[in-house]
Amino acid sequence: MIFRAIALLMLLIAPAGAEELRGTGDLGLIVEREAGSLLVVDRSERAAIGRIEGLGDLSHASLVYSPDERFAYVFGRDGGLTKVDILTRAIVNRVVQAGNSIGGAISDDGRLVAVSNYEPGGVKVFDAETLELVADIPMGSKTVGIADVPGGRFVVATWDTGEVWLLDHSAEPADPVITKLTGIGANPYDALLTGDGRTYIVGLFGEKGLTAVDLWQDPPRATRFLPDYGKDQPDLPVYKMPHLQGWTLADGIYALPAVGLHQLLWVDAATLSEIARTDLAGQPVFAVARPDKREVWVNFAPPDNDKVQVVDVLTRQVTDTLTPGKGVLHMEFAPRGREVWLSVRDENRVEIRDARSHELLGEIPAQAPSGIFFTDRAHRTGL
Amino acid sequence: MLAVLALPAGAGPVTPDRAQELRHLVRQDCGSCHGLRLTGGLGRAITPADLAGRDPDELTTVILDGMPGTAMPGWRPLLSEDEARWIADYLLQKETP
Repeated sequence: MIFRAIALLMLLIAPAGAEELRGTGDLGLIVEREAGSLLVVDRSERAAIGRIEGLGDLSHASLVYSPDERFAYVFGRDGGLTKVDILTRAIVNRVVQAGNSIGGAISDDGRLVAVSNYEPGGVKVFDAETLELVADIPMGSKTVGIADVPGGRFVVATWDTGEVWLLDHSAEPADPVITKLTGIGANPYDALLTGDGRTYIVGLFGEKGLTAVDLWQDPPRATRFLPDYGKDQPDLPVYKMPHLQGWTLADGIYALPAVGLHQLLWVDAATLSEIARTDLAGQPVFAVARPDKREVWVNFAPPDNDKVQVVDVLTRQVTDTLTPGKGVLHMEFAPRGREVWLSVRDENRVEIRDARSHELLGEIPAQAPSGIFFTDRAHRTGL
Repeated sequence: MLAVLALPAGAGPVTPDRAQELRHLVRQDCGSCHGLRLTGGLGRAITPADLAGRDPDELTTVILDGMPGTAMPGWRPLLSEDEARWIADYLLQKETP
């Protein structure tokens, strides 16, 4: 009874949550990397509705959402793991868990948050509720491309040692069963997990090609593919590493950004053989499918990071080249693909375009925006 | 914010406007790998403390031609030698933001 009275009192004196009863399905967060803040945006309003500050160094920051789409876990470059409440627009908890981190993932039950670290390397796993450390898994390497695998598992690749580690927290969260695959290839720079949680594709920087790991096999089976793409062409300098997350599986075909080539690689998902290439305006960074998978949108490393190219999946031709402005760092589609939001870092704005006509629908001021994350990510595997 | 120390005279024809662009490039584009605050990422930390004692000529060469066998690209297609030298001096002297 007393508790109930206190809870009621709390509701009365905590206006942010109580006054504004609303869902979160059309909300999102935009990283303002210079300022160390997050802009809370409303897709329906095409507007910013608040800002959460004090998140530290957000260069290369990414985030994941809790299953209820209310909380986000933000992975900062300074090793900070911050839990924010997008309804009250406040930091709920923050721990500095490492010297230098690169990304993270949330388990399929929403109970564990894993952080991939550059310094001291390895992965740390936290309780999603309290941010208390649950498991510390040193790997003797910087780690990249961490993703959630169905069944309370995480998968990650190691930059220095060329391995893939599968961590199974389902039986004992604090003491995961570890399956380690060696000889994945030199310097994995990023990886992606297909939406069904079956295939983990690792991009290699230290040598040509990629590796696909079939997680349905026991033990998981690794297959190298495109081992010599671009062998006959001189490598172009890579001024920003491509990202594989946001990748494409459209009509049984992967569209992957090449490394050191200004091309998009089309790969048959069943045979892992190359089907075609599309010449692009620069070194691709993200190659993101529109949710209906009909088009792939590509942004670029410097000096071509003012452009976005749209590639048709059926013809594999570039159908449009947009120039939103300097420093197009990220693209995020509305969950059902009606519109796309683009962060234009050097112009301090996010622009919203119709995903079919490409017409400009709106703009939101933001301080040096980078990653854009809509809450529907909460329900997608591998993000 | 960045607090830029007085730059050396020998930096060649880097105009104040261009210097502003180069500072932006260091922070944003070098920052892609080395971190916005240059404290490291996929690439090593390149704060003045981390680079202490390094020869500016050698750093200029690394900036222009990259480091083979690593992810450090050569920036010669985008930067003149004077500009690379300006960045080397800047990295050695600037205060950590």
